[in-house]
Amino acid sequence: MNRSSAVPAAGPIPDVPDVPRARDDFPILSRKVHGKQLVYLDNASTTQKPRAVIAAIRRYYFTSNSNVHRGVHSLSDRATQAYEEARGRVARFLNAREDREIVFVRGATEAINLVAQTFGSGHLREGDEILVTEMEHHANIVPWQMVCDRAGAILEVVPVSTAGELDLAAYERMLSPRTRLAAVTHVSNALGTVNPVREMIGMAHARGIPVLVDGAQAAPHIPVDVRELGCDFYVFSGHKLYGPTGIGVLYGKAEHLEAMPPYQGGGDMILRVTFEKTTYNAIPWKFEAGTPDIAGAVGLRAAIDYLDAIGLAAVSAHEGELLGYATEEVGRIPGVRIVGTAREKAGILSFVAEGVHPHDIGTVLDHEGVAIRAGHHCAMPLMDRLGLPATARASFGLYNTPAEVDILAAGIRKAREIFR
Amino acid sequence: MTVDLRSLYQEIIVDHNRRPRNFREIPDADRTAHGDNPLCGDRLTVYVNVRGGVIRDIGFVGNGCAISTASASLMTEALLGRTEQEADALFVKFHDLVAGTGRGAPGSLGKLEAFAGVREFPVRVKCATLAWHTVRTALNTPGGTASTE
Repeated sequence: MNRSSAVPAAGPIPDVPDVPRARDDFPILSRKVHGKQLVYLDNASTTQKPRAVIAAIRRYYFTSNSNVHRGVHSLSDRATQAYEEARGRVARFLNAREDREIVFVRGATEAINLVAQTFGSGHLREGDEILVTEMEHHANIVPWQMVCDRAGAILEVVPVSTAGELDLAAYERMLSPRTRLAAVTHVSNALGTVNPVREMIGMAHARGIPVLVDGAQAAPHIPVDVRELGCDFYVFSGHKLYGPTGIGVLYGKAEHLEAMPPYQGGGDMILRVTFEKTTYNAIPWKFEAGTPDIAGAVGLRAAIDYLDAIGLAAVSAHEGELLGYATEEVGRIPGVRIVGTAREKAGILSFVAEGVHPHDIGTVLDHEGVAIRAGHHCAMPLMDRLGLPATARASFGLYNTPAEVDILAAGIRKAREIFR
Repeated sequence: MTVDLRSLYQEIIVDHNRRPRNFREIPDADRTAHGDNPLCGDRLTVYVNVRGGVIRDIGFVGNGCAISTASASLMTEALLGRTEQEADALFVKFHDLVAGTGRGAPGSLGKLEAFAGVREFPVRVKCATLAWHTVRTALNTPGGTASTE
């Protein structure tokens, strides 16, 4: 058995930073919807998967499937290697200091819940504060509400401007002696706003406050270096990064993870169990009770390999161009208003159209083969702040093209026509 | 417009979305209820005045997609002057029409037949039935909240 690579590197990867050429790598993009060519613009919900990822998962089940950290037999060794290599790959992707700072979870949501339940609950006393922003996804609100309720702590919320930008001065003011943690999104899932997280982490650290960054919408679009950012925790989901569903990542500084109690109990997270006392395993396994999503980790590793081969800088530039073009093309449709006009944005275009509800835009676009999201985007407090019940949201991935933006714009005009 | 889109967005639905009828609060309503479609964020409030078992006045306010707005509008027209029992029976028939169980007699629902196309759009059934669930709540448990989830 080849010990250096338990699951061989996956299939063809585009060797040029010519992003639209990558379309052929995504089998689903060739399918039709309502007789029209699929135009997939719901990437902020989940991305499509390249052949390399699908092949890696298939190959894992064909050649290596077994349980990890258990058997003495060859397959178990092979599965363990594949799983731990995936962890190492994630660590390099985020530029973490050590592999053990990477905990595999189901997704960004579980990662935040893990931190809230372990780091949060241990530190929180009555009157303490957790600081979040008005533009958080429900996943970075509700877990904190739950632990705050239990401890009698207070959830403080940093306001957002009408343009969708964070009030940085308010953020700095709200970092109080009672703040135990700031939990902020890197990129807003509803508006695409990119927050100045490095600066925000600096402000918090100057007061000794740790910071969790929700990177679910950032990791697929902009290069992330957790050491450069200095964040205490960084979370993201594999499925928004061209990887499979069911796998996600919690990065935590080793010193924090060491100090945190386990999240769930079970197999793999222990060293020794008696009915009198259980000794927990070292990090990261202390947080990985039960059989993990091994194939998911293998798939995520393939996704990172794929994304890295194209280069996140190239992806970022491509999506930036698409966003600029879409903002222009959609923005000049009469009666259409772009929601979220921050100076720094990534890959997301939210909009509303006079006289046409976002859901009806979604249905009309679906009949043109165009998949977008319509609704509150799991960010109801932000929608309330903006005074909108819902928006339509087009979100871009590395495989989208300007021609698809044209189809989107034509579909929106059609929706306007129907409801004129 | 493709054929099935036209079947969903019939003229009458587009019209009632643009100019919803009975779109008003009834301050002295003796029955009200809120309707909530958490999936889409559609919300509405239905107001009903019942005298001697008959719906004498009915109105609604809220915000929703064309299907839910037009459905609420056409519902208010259909229910005005009906008894509570008739309203209940109509709810069952309407639900049958849009959810496509096919037990209802075709052609018996008048203008409401415009929503037959919703059957082809399973994700929009909740939009079409939100107002109906809400009025049912108003009549049976006034002050309550109807939810599609």
